[in-house]
Amino acid sequence: MGKTLFDKVWNQHVVREINDGPLVLYIDRHFIHEVTSPQAFTGLKEKGLQVFRPKQTIATADHNVPTYDQHLPIKNALSRKQVSTLTENCKTYGIELYGLGHPFQGIVHVIGPELGITQPGMTIVCGDSHTSTHGAFGTIAFGIGTSEVLHVLATQTLLQYKPKTMQINVEGVLQNGVSAKDLILYIISKIGMGGATGYFVEYSGQAIRNLSMESRMTVCNMSIEMGARGGMIAPDKVTFEYLKNREFTPRGNALENMKSYWDSLKTDEDAVFHQELTFHADDIAPMITFGTNPGMGMGVDEKVPSSEHALNGETYSFDKSLNYMNIDAGKPLLGKKVNYVFIGSCTNGRIEDLRQVARVVKGRKKAPNITALIVPGSRQVEVMARKEGIDKILEEAGFELRQSGCSACLAMNEDKIPKGEYCVSTSNRNFEGRQGPGSRTLLASPLTAAYTAIKGYIADVREIL
Amino acid sequence: MKIFDKLISSVVPLVDENIDTDQIIPARFLKATTREGFGENLFRDWRFDDQGEMIKDFPLNNKKYAGKILLAGKNFGCGSSREHAAWAIFDYGFRVVVSSYFADIFKNNALNNGLLPVQVSETFLETLFRNIEDNPRMEVEVNLKAQLIILPGMALSEPFEINPFKKHCLLTGKDEFEFLLDHLESIQEYEKRSFYTLETF
Repeated sequence: MGKTLFDKVWNQHVVREINDGPLVLYIDRHFIHEVTSPQAFTGLKEKGLQVFRPKQTIATADHNVPTYDQHLPIKNALSRKQVSTLTENCKTYGIELYGLGHPFQGIVHVIGPELGITQPGMTIVCGDSHTSTHGAFGTIAFGIGTSEVLHVLATQTLLQYKPKTMQINVEGVLQNGVSAKDLILYIISKIGMGGATGYFVEYSGQAIRNLSMESRMTVCNMSIEMGARGGMIAPDKVTFEYLKNREFTPRGNALENMKSYWDSLKTDEDAVFHQELTFHADDIAPMITFGTNPGMGMGVDEKVPSSEHALNGETYSFDKSLNYMNIDAGKPLLGKKVNYVFIGSCTNGRIEDLRQVARVVKGRKKAPNITALIVPGSRQVEVMARKEGIDKILEEAGFELRQSGCSACLAMNEDKIPKGEYCVSTSNRNFEGRQGPGSRTLLASPLTAAYTAIKGYIADVREIL
Repeated sequence: MKIFDKLISSVVPLVDENIDTDQIIPARFLKATTREGFGENLFRDWRFDDQGEMIKDFPLNNKKYAGKILLAGKNFGCGSSREHAAWAIFDYGFRVVVSSYFADIFKNNALNNGLLPVQVSETFLETLFRNIEDNPRMEVEVNLKAQLIILPGMALSEPFEINPFKKHCLLTGKDEFEFLLDHLESIQEYEKRSFYTLETF
């Protein structure tokens, strides 16, 4: 029987198997950030251990950093201490740090790919659930807890059980105004936020193949929102083109050698997945969420469903969720006034996303009621945006480009949405209070978010495309 | 890691499904650099209103309920990978979480901290909720060795699955980390045949 892409990469990384137990899985690249690493370093110190392979761990400060005046000391004392603790730990243990002020700083899942650290066939982990982003390159990439961060620091391995595999096939062509974000929100709305728990997903089919590398990252990024350990896409020409001439990708002959290996990273014709699902791109409209989990999504022009239509009979949570959101079943969301828009995050904070935003706002003006946060995913994204004049387009429309970080996606810094306010957000989670206590998040694509910022209410971007 | 063998305790029920780690411990409390004290902010925004007043009918505050077992709707612990969620639940005093299934990362984090996630059938979960509604201080026994969850007063029980290795770790208090450290030689051996161990930087 043939092997899936997942099987091939997984098998390649098994150090040893243990009877009746987990296996030891080798980790090629490990990303760390300020929030989930300090206790792991404390664990190392307590045991008197060193970092086993310091050159295979890369650090950045992203979750808990301000998005303006990054050259000044961080105002919040606890945040400042968390970031300085990361700096000290990296210095002590010889780990490369792209901290505030470094030209490579940014959201960990944005910088890995853009620097070419992420390469096909790797295993990659990070103390962050959106590590699944890197799967867009045909890597096995998944989020881990802080205890496991310690395990990787000390041994470059993890004890793992092999997950089941799921194939999600998306046939056909995405319609105008429908992006990768809509595609993944659509899939999650169909299978629910626990629909892929216990599985590792491979995305395939024409609609996936047609996506750019950055769009593929958006899809893989949100795999965790349906419970999957990770999501991956087989590398192809699009992947190889993207990887060319990145800071840390191999050059010349070395690149050619890697390419022949990368070419072998695809699922065999006769391979069997534990579960296979197929969706059709034609069925997908620009999406928006109306509840407090990413599975509660619908086409932007639809009416909010009632709890009778809740997935898997989750009626109690469904009603509680609508109540929190102060959204009525049976009514449309189009035209609903919102005062906040957030564009950024590891889901939609890359240059392609900012270009989409610029396309919508160019020659238009921000609605007066809107407060918008537009946050690039990395310093490099910010520099590119300025070079392309995107910052000017934003300014002319009444917006401002911030400095890079996770920002209002999880609101650990001062970028918060006030209690009771709605925010159309390009991030990945609409959980209660995710963007600040009492905040109400509606997840959408950069196109939809940008157009909402222009109109001042939820609007269908297809009107102007 | 603390040893877990058997626990008999009353239960605190949370009927919500898909309880995410942002509810268990909101991100604004993740600024600490140590593992201690997260219990104070467990379910912070469900336990307290924005004036800091206790929300009396929330089950963790409701005097009807007490105990070291947290019972929750399906897909408990979804969302962020923050291990702080497991730390907060443990620090608050819970030793077991019962649900019909758990998010993968949370489950692993819990097991790495001596907090036992017990996965039961949807039917058994409903039975537990119903009985606790009728008798809030009803005791439940969780027996790890026998892999059984038992309602002693009702002659009702259900077996639960746990990986033998994880079970061994909990029963002996052995951290899986120690086990990994024993494998450094085979890891170095593996590195000789790996594509990507070459130093990138």
